[in-house]
Amino acid sequence: MAVVIDDEMIDYVGILAKLSLNEEERERAKHDMTEMLDYIDKLSELDTDNVEPMSHLSESVNVFREDVITNPDYHEETLSNAPERNEDYLVVPKTI
Amino acid sequence: MSKINELSATKVSELIKNHEITVEEAVLDSYSAIDAKDKEINAFVHMEKEKALEEAKSIQEKIDKGEITSPLAGVPIAVKDNMCIVNEPATCCSNILKGYKSTYTATAVDKVKDSGMVVVGKTNMDEFAMGSTTETSCFGPCKNPVNTDRVPGGSSGGSCAAVAAGEVKLALGSDTGGSIRQPSGYCGVVGIKPTYGTVSRSGLIAYGSSLDQIGPIANDVTDCVKLLEVISGKDNKDSTSILRQDYDFSKYLTEDVKGLKIGIPADYLSEGLDKDVYDKVMEVKDILTDKGAVVEEFNLGLSEYIIPAYYIIACAEASSNLERFDGVKYGYRTPDYEELHEMYKKSRSEGFGSEVKRRIMLGSFVLSSGYYDAYYIKALKTKALLKKAYDDAFSKYDCILSPVAPTTAPEIGKSLQDPLKMYLSDIYTVSVNLCYLPGICVPAGLASDNMPVGVQFIGNTFREDNIIKAAYALEKARKGE
Repeated sequence: MAVVIDDEMIDYVGILAKLSLNEEERERAKHDMTEMLDYIDKLSELDTDNVEPMSHLSESVNVFREDVITNPDYHEETLSNAPERNEDYLVVPKTI
Repeated sequence: MSKINELSATKVSELIKNHEITVEEAVLDSYSAIDAKDKEINAFVHMEKEKALEEAKSIQEKIDKGEITSPLAGVPIAVKDNMCIVNEPATCCSNILKGYKSTYTATAVDKVKDSGMVVVGKTNMDEFAMGSTTETSCFGPCKNPVNTDRVPGGSSGGSCAAVAAGEVKLALGSDTGGSIRQPSGYCGVVGIKPTYGTVSRSGLIAYGSSLDQIGPIANDVTDCVKLLEVISGKDNKDSTSILRQDYDFSKYLTEDVKGLKIGIPADYLSEGLDKDVYDKVMEVKDILTDKGAVVEEFNLGLSEYIIPAYYIIACAEASSNLERFDGVKYGYRTPDYEELHEMYKKSRSEGFGSEVKRRIMLGSFVLSSGYYDAYYIKALKTKALLKKAYDDAFSKYDCILSPVAPTTAPEIGKSLQDPLKMYLSDIYTVSVNLCYLPGICVPAGLASDNMPVGVQFIGNTFREDNIIKAAYALEKARKGE
């Protein structure tokens, strides 16, 4: 399948990827993605009709354990990594 | 340089236990090598010398009291900068993580420390492990100690360069598509990518979670296998880690390869492979045949589909793993924003480098509705076919011999202009990650450009035994022992 990577597509992917590209980066991204997709389209010639997709080696679906705290309390260290905090809260721009 | 210089890590540990040298001397020796060489090599991006020297003292006491007896006790080690160490930076060599301090230590690093090794520093890497040259690091490129005009390979280029330069004898790297094996080959050292699940990923900053494994890097097979033993084990903090029946990998350090059946994928030996590298693979074939192994060529198949499937899966996983970098919880936040989404987008766009953005974009695209089946599911089906091809191969062979990379280390500045070409150079390594297999890279001598060539042995899942035997036999034969 030939996918056209136009400005609209780059905008769409930018929304999904949470990235905003400048003009130069957009042009480069259009070129790189077109080239990469042309190349990975090679997979379409491979017959996979009766093949199950393989996502993982392990047969296990969920690995459960008791919810027991074993870590030390690194609450303060964790918060001190935040770019902006207010006491025990992370500060973000107003959302509503 | 001191008397420690020429010795293996295992030997240094022996001398420490015999009180011939102290842990502190070993650590200081490592720092003096770093001081002498690293300005040019740029293998290290962070060091805490005082802390390391304090640790050396406390480890010395424990060794003296007989509390630590590991075969690598007291030996200095380097750790790739995508592994967490409590209260120390872990940047993945990205501007987006500058200023971040880990709140806990990766399980593999904890195990290294519990065995009495001293971490002397964190090593340079491609940003978020996305690259094959260690040129995309925000700390500047790392250089190959064999020839500083060349790249060390990547993404664990700093770890491999540090070992090759003699700055440390041991290092931890991580391997998502060849990131331990390829730089080991380029730098002329030994590196192992274990079977998926052998080493805990807890505290390893994720790139492609179904592909990532931490592994050891050293100057010889013995040191590398001893370090693998230390870091292996099931860990409740990584639900994909696996309890293996056997962690005694050292017992496979034997030259007995008589009757070992080794296959060389003929389809790996054709297009794009340098003649020098081809010749080395054939030399290895002859050496192991002389030692009694049965080496023959076969067709693995699917070779042209491996890279497309790998990049779809790796980028898809990366795009979702790297969603966490949002300028809220840690790392870089843009100074200039008005609302939340603008803050997210600008922080990420300014914080990530171009290769990382390229892969996040591709990953987001192949996972998006409308393209998910055509790309992502198709890649997972291709992976299933590839796993089947390896299953068939391992029904005939005990292990597989192949090149690690199609060429020797490229010159600095030559690889990044053409990303697709760079991706294609990963052809021999990525299938090992897609299929959860173990692989070891061992030096096979120098090419005509005087750069090291590595070969790779690939085993079936949980069959490190066969690749260790083959690698050890090759090493002994090459050293004329």
